Amino acid sequence: MRAIQYAAPSTVEDAVAILAEHGSDARMLAGGTDLIVQVREDARDTGVFVDAKKIPELMDLSVNADGSTTLGAAVPCHQLYNNAQFAASYPAVVDAARIIGSTGIQGRASVGGNLCNSGPAGDTIPPLIVHSAVCNIAGPDGERTVAVEDFCTAPGRNVLADGELLVSLTLPKPPAGSGSHYLRFIPRNEMDIAVVGAGASLVLDGESITAARISLGAVAPTPLFVQAAGDALIGLTANEDSFAVAADIARDAASPIDDMRGTIAHRKQLSYVLTQRALRGARARAQGGSPTNGH
Amino acid sequence: MAVDTRVGQTIKHHDEEYKVIGTRPIRHDGLEKVTGEARYGSDINLPGQLHGKVLRSPHAHARIVSIDTSGAEALDGVRAVITSAAFPDPGDKLTGGGEAPGLPLKFKSANMLARGKVHYHGHAIAAVAAANPHVAAEALKLIDVEYEVLDPVLEVWDAMKPDAPVIIEDLYTAKADGTTAEEASNVAAEMLYEVGDVDAGFAEADLVVDREFTFGVVHQGYIETHNATAHWLKDGHLHVWCSSQGAFTIRQELADLLDHPITKIHVVPMEIGGGFGGKTTAYLEPLAALLSRQTGHPVKMAMDRADVLKATGPTPGGYVRVKLGVTNDGMITAGYANLAFDAGGYPGSVVGAGCRCVFAPYNMPNAKVEGFDVVVNKPKTHAYRAPGATHAEFASETVVDEICRTLDIDPVEFRLKNSAKEGDWQLAMPPYPRIGHIECMEAARDSAQWQTPLETAPGKKRGRGIASGFWFNIGFTSSVTAKLNSDGSVTLLEGSTDIGGTRTSIAMQFAETLGISVEDVDPIVADTDSVGQTDVTGGSRVTFATGLAAHNAANDMKDQIVEGLADLWDVAADSITHADGTFSANGNSATVGEAAGLLEEEGVFPIGKNTVTPTREGGAFAVHIADVEVDDETGKVEVLRYTAVQDAGVAIYPPYVEGQMQGGVVQGVGWALNEEYVYDDDGHLLNASLLDYRMPTALDVPNIETIIVEVPNPGHPYGVRGVGEVPIVPPPAAMANAIHDATGVRMSHLPMSPARVQAALAAEA
Repeated sequence: MRAIQYAAPSTVEDAVAILAEHGSDARMLAGGTDLIVQVREDARDTGVFVDAKKIPELMDLSVNADGSTTLGAAVPCHQLYNNAQFAASYPAVVDAARIIGSTGIQGRASVGGNLCNSGPAGDTIPPLIVHSAVCNIAGPDGERTVAVEDFCTAPGRNVLADGELLVSLTLPKPPAGSGSHYLRFIPRNEMDIAVVGAGASLVLDGESITAARISLGAVAPTPLFVQAAGDALIGLTANEDSFAVAADIARDAASPIDDMRGTIAHRKQLSYVLTQRALRGARARAQGGSPTNGH
Repeated sequence: MAVDTRVGQTIKHHDEEYKVIGTRPIRHDGLEKVTGEARYGSDINLPGQLHGKVLRSPHAHARIVSIDTSGAEALDGVRAVITSAAFPDPGDKLTGGGEAPGLPLKFKSANMLARGKVHYHGHAIAAVAAANPHVAAEALKLIDVEYEVLDPVLEVWDAMKPDAPVIIEDLYTAKADGTTAEEASNVAAEMLYEVGDVDAGFAEADLVVDREFTFGVVHQGYIETHNATAHWLKDGHLHVWCSSQGAFTIRQELADLLDHPITKIHVVPMEIGGGFGGKTTAYLEPLAALLSRQTGHPVKMAMDRADVLKATGPTPGGYVRVKLGVTNDGMITAGYANLAFDAGGYPGSVVGAGCRCVFAPYNMPNAKVEGFDVVVNKPKTHAYRAPGATHAEFASETVVDEICRTLDIDPVEFRLKNSAKEGDWQLAMPPYPRIGHIECMEAARDSAQWQTPLETAPGKKRGRGIASGFWFNIGFTSSVTAKLNSDGSVTLLEGSTDIGGTRTSIAMQFAETLGISVEDVDPIVADTDSVGQTDVTGGSRVTFATGLAAHNAANDMKDQIVEGLADLWDVAADSITHADGTFSANGNSATVGEAAGLLEEEGVFPIGKNTVTPTREGGAFAVHIADVEVDDETGKVEVLRYTAVQDAGVAIYPPYVEGQMQGGVVQGVGWALNEEYVYDDDGHLLNASLLDYRMPTALDVPNIETIIVEVPNPGHPYGVRGVGEVPIVPPPAAMANAIHDATGVRMSHLPMSPARVQAALAAEA
């Protein structure tokens, strides 16, 4: 029987000190919807649980002077879709927050925790990428920032060094005429992990695309930022022909594996289809409507 | 569409009117289950109890070179560690009882704890009893097992190849002609069923369709995991509390496996959180018993979900080939089928049952069916709701649909023309008694769904499919003891563990016969010391056979009441009449309640009892209709509407007949679309969790409309046919036929997962 330690620091500095002292034996605990399950199933050996929820910066959700939003790393999903301003600004993130687990799970699970779990299929990660979110990291050597698309390094791994923690995410203010959408494919209608997930953001000037970002989940060792797919759309009209161009690039960029959740061929096909559907949803929102795609 | 599925339609083909049968009382165990007061195996906690856990193999196929338990034994709090050496040598004995008796006991024993060799990933190696579950879990990590890893064989078509590694070195095929093979192989048994002249039949055909189908392994998916608590007393009495489909079956297995007198084994059936055929055999019970004997303490054990998926008895994957010949006007001339099912790590799959069902809905003058029971490196497979029939009839009903398309014949008309009916042959069984396939097909044809054209939607691929299903059901032995209490109520002891509301369906038959209200019967699922022999709850037999025992016990009680009243009233017993629950003779009359009071004063306490082994169980047919929508970009299939029609004989307790029908559909839809074991090349099961073993959720199935057809079974006084299993048979074929209707693609593997449907669509394009 293994004894564990639980720490509940109230400042980022104290949390860094505890993490630095225990190294890889320590792990930040936000909602616990991944960590506790992993430890119980012997999938992770953690001796020191450092509760994130007593640290104000990690529970902060606020709009900054420059219009950007700070999303504390331990803010649970339900706060996002219950915050009208956040939901209006970052709809793709809210799309993800609404489909992670049940309502009960969404009361605890956090976007920051989903990112730090660094699963290739993490639903909130492609939406953060298409919204150009940046990670604010604190550690023994001070603070640093990393773009979300550069945060994950391998399945379950990320750039955080021993002693470092994710404090918050900064999401830039979306420009006028922008819209975003995230969706995933699951074989059932609930209770599943994405076979493929796709997020897209568009900025429109009339019918013309002035900026676009596309990101895929579950088709590579880390969530994939498909920059070329978004770049190819710039200057094009937001129509099916253009979306097909981007979807082709996204399918080519996907390098999935065969596993218990899907096949390479199916994931390639889904990369194409979901990119199209995410772009349609993003266009609808940019034009003041809402996505009509199903799953 | 606003369809109230709480009360379905019933179509009667008889004139019987009953007072209790066919009504919808509140089930006797309903309140306990809703409030959480019902006691399940995990609720057992005894003074001094220890906790047991099982070490499982990380390999699919390996020789066990050595097991060193000394590290675990040295851990503080560990009280006992056992390996297969703790079991008595099974020698050449055969197993008794259960759904598949007569297999070598050595295989069952080695499945409890691996004996020299590991046959599948998750195979139990050793068991530990400790002061608490945490210490037991730590102790497992201290058991040192040295393995010599061997190449696994995972699929039947590989295992049957002449150069395949042989998993059981002394397994010689039991041939269909009664001989035994001279060389060892993975084929445990071959079987052959034949009628008429199949070659002549195919020669008469204008069209012959010959197709192959393959299947993944699926699990029954019961919610309650296996659990057992055992207490071996110093005098040799062994008490066991467990979740199983039959306390008497577990008692027999314990007697066999432990070589212990059956009279000293007492098994208490706890409430059961689902079984579906998967809880017809012991896993933890013998381990808990041996650990208890060794420690002198009660030992409690429970599986987690991964244990259940890895190491209990899912139902086979495998292969089915079906070839049908028809004339241009749509009459079947011949059928051939070849079924190879994976038995898992030890012999004994359900392939024989599949063989008997594959052509059952049809009157087929010439038919030949071959079956193969094949050992592979997967868990020992077991029954799952109409075991084998779903595979077999997925294949045959898909081929029938293809024939109807090719010949442009309406699928309902084709089935009506060729339907099996009373007097027609059955494979390896007597000719059919009165059966209800035609009546079910007519009810399906007349149903709201079949009569409503499928709504089209722009850009959507929608289709409708229909399929028949048959399951033969079983009889076996059941016992009831009923005691008349002084207030006229009855305490009814029966031995069938209650999975599907059978306490109430048994009590209703007793009440009907004695002429009392069902609320005056208190049905109790009794332990092995308290009621007569009762076989496993399986084969849809409980309402049929235990219900018959209840009817007979009620008549026995009625006779005793009549005798008592005859003495009291001083009349001849045969002058007393019984109608509507009232006994009358010569101006005297008494209700059952009044009679109970009168007899009590005389010191007479009637006890009605009966043990019965009926054999005229009567087969059950079902016809299902599925409407689906296929997303042709992703391959995902959505069920839009579903109607299940089924011949229940006479529905004793309609809400639970409907519940069985709807539950069977849900499981069948899961099997059709997503459920399967996923293995890597080394034979590791990759999806041993309910996250990745994808059973349907409430959001994945629509309202399921039910139509009960009542064609009484002539082999039962109330016309009962078993209803629990056949509703899982038609769904995969109905879904496949609907997918074809929607897309033009024929699916030949279960499950028809999005990846497979999408791949098939891409191949067709």
